Amino acid sequence: MKITVDQDKCCGAGTCVLLAPDVFDQRDEDGIVVLLDSQPPAGLHALVHEAASVCPASAIAVSE
Amino acid sequence: MTLIVGASAAGLATAEALRRKGYTGRLTILGAEPHLPYDRPPLSKQVLSGTWEPAKAQLRPAEALAALDAEFVLGDPAVHLDVSERAVHTASGRVLKADNVVLATGLRPRTLPGQRTLRTLDDAVALRADLLKAKRAVVVGDGVLGAEIAATARQMGVAVTLAGPQQAPMALQLGPVVAELLAELHTAQGVDLRLGAAVTGVEDDGVLLETGEVLPADLVVVAFGSAPATDWLQDSGLVLGNGVVCDSRCRAADGIWAVGDVARWHHETLGRLVRLENRTNATEQAIAVAGNVLGADQPYTPVPYFWTDQFDAKIHVHGFVAPGASVVEGSLAERRFVVRYHRGGEVVGVLGWNMPKHARLHRQEITPSCRAPVAASTPSRA
Ligand SMILES: Cc1cc2nc3c(=O)[nH]c(=O)nc-3n(C[C@H](O)[C@H](O)[C@H](O)COP(=O)(O)OP(=O)(O)OC[C@H]3O[C@@H](n4cnc5c(N)ncnc54)[C@H](O)[C@@H]3O)c2cc1C
Ligand code: SF4
Repeated sequence: MKITVDQDKCCGAGTCVLLAPDVFDQRDEDGIVVLLDSQPPAGLHALVHEAASVCPASAIAVSE
Repeated sequence: MTLIVGASAAGLATAEALRRKGYTGRLTILGAEPHLPYDRPPLSKQVLSGTWEPAKAQLRPAEALAALDAEFVLGDPAVHLDVSERAVHTASGRVLKADNVVLATGLRPRTLPGQRTLRTLDDAVALRADLLKAKRAVVVGDGVLGAEIAATARQMGVAVTLAGPQQAPMALQLGPVVAELLAELHTAQGVDLRLGAAVTGVEDDGVLLETGEVLPADLVVVAFGSAPATDWLQDSGLVLGNGVVCDSRCRAADGIWAVGDVARWHHETLGRLVRLENRTNATEQAIAVAGNVLGADQPYTPVPYFWTDQFDAKIHVHGFVAPGASVVEGSLAERRFVVRYHRGGEVVGVLGWNMPKHARLHRQEITPSCRAPVAASTPSRA
């Protein structure tokens, strides 16, 4: 799995961090997404897919 | 087969969640608009201002849509639902039958004849073209959409008047203290706020207020609310009332479900019917509905959440705004703060102004009755 985030699209909702705090974080100053782990272990893949789908700015893309 | 009516945020997210949860059957997504699914929040912000090309608002790239293995039937609105047959009839004469039908038709804006409004991508492109020529625009409507349009139009250099009945923009959604700060921000940026008087009509040369005053305008934008897009369901026998009325599973009838802005469902922990008009609800409810279509039988009990961007302010609201308010982070004077709202002894909501991460962290304090976890396969969503 390879994750990319589009910081330009991110609205700082933080939904991804609530779902997968080992993979996503937010910048303190403006809440924009920070990718902690672009190739997370298999155990997190389901959560990452869910985060990508639930992100209200469609800022997260996942490729296999 | 599963049929999703409405090819936007909630409809697409339902399709994605069905596939993620292992659904391998046929999937059809029917949409009234000719466009592939696109996102609406950027329409009043980046697309209207021209910072983004309209194509950037598309929700998913072509490869991701292809991987969904769903059939998109676009530009063909549903006109009738036969509940017992679970059959949807379309304007062009198609009849689509399914085991499960998911209603995701969103809202239809209230409008005035001949005036611009903003709900669709086509609306955004047309409004942008008009704003580029306009000298003085009046935005009618002091809710979130009107306030965002006013802010974007002002940043495009247009002289803007914002009219509406409340004392401050978004007073209902933000509470009086923060709405007052928003009013100050708009005024400081040059928006002429003409609030507290109802608009009674539009004349050739401007907008007429109940006081008899006319606000001059060469462009009028209407943003005074929308209604759930259920006109096509009037003769279906479904219970309609400010949306498609559903049980706690978001089920309107056997095999018929509703999701997103159009759905009014029984929120079990709040103990009442709720309908939310925000972007996060569209995707979170979609996950709950997809689970229930596949037999999860779980209630949907989210903490409401929305954000808005106006000028340099990014405002994030989790839960509910209430009269009791205290600043728990930052300061109002610096325009960087988190406010916590309480009713009785309970924390019911949290609002961040240019502090989105801190607001999310304080979200945990919201009382459990407003915060029961979403019915999803995953345990960690607060
Ligand atoms: C300009 C704008 C800015 C916004 N900004 C924010 C924001 O900053 N933050 C936030 O939280 N929320 C925001 N929202 C709200 C958010 O976009 C909505 O909550 C979200 O789009 C709801 O998704 P939905 O799929 O339920 O409905 P919609 O996005 O309205 O989609 C419904 C779809 O169904 C289609 N349809 C309607 N009738 C039929 C029919 N009879 N047959 C077939 N298809 C039909 C429509 O064409 C439409 O494509 C904004 C909304 C707008 C319009
Ligand atoms: S969920 Fe999406 S919009 Fe929200 S912080 Fe994560 S990437 Fe940004």
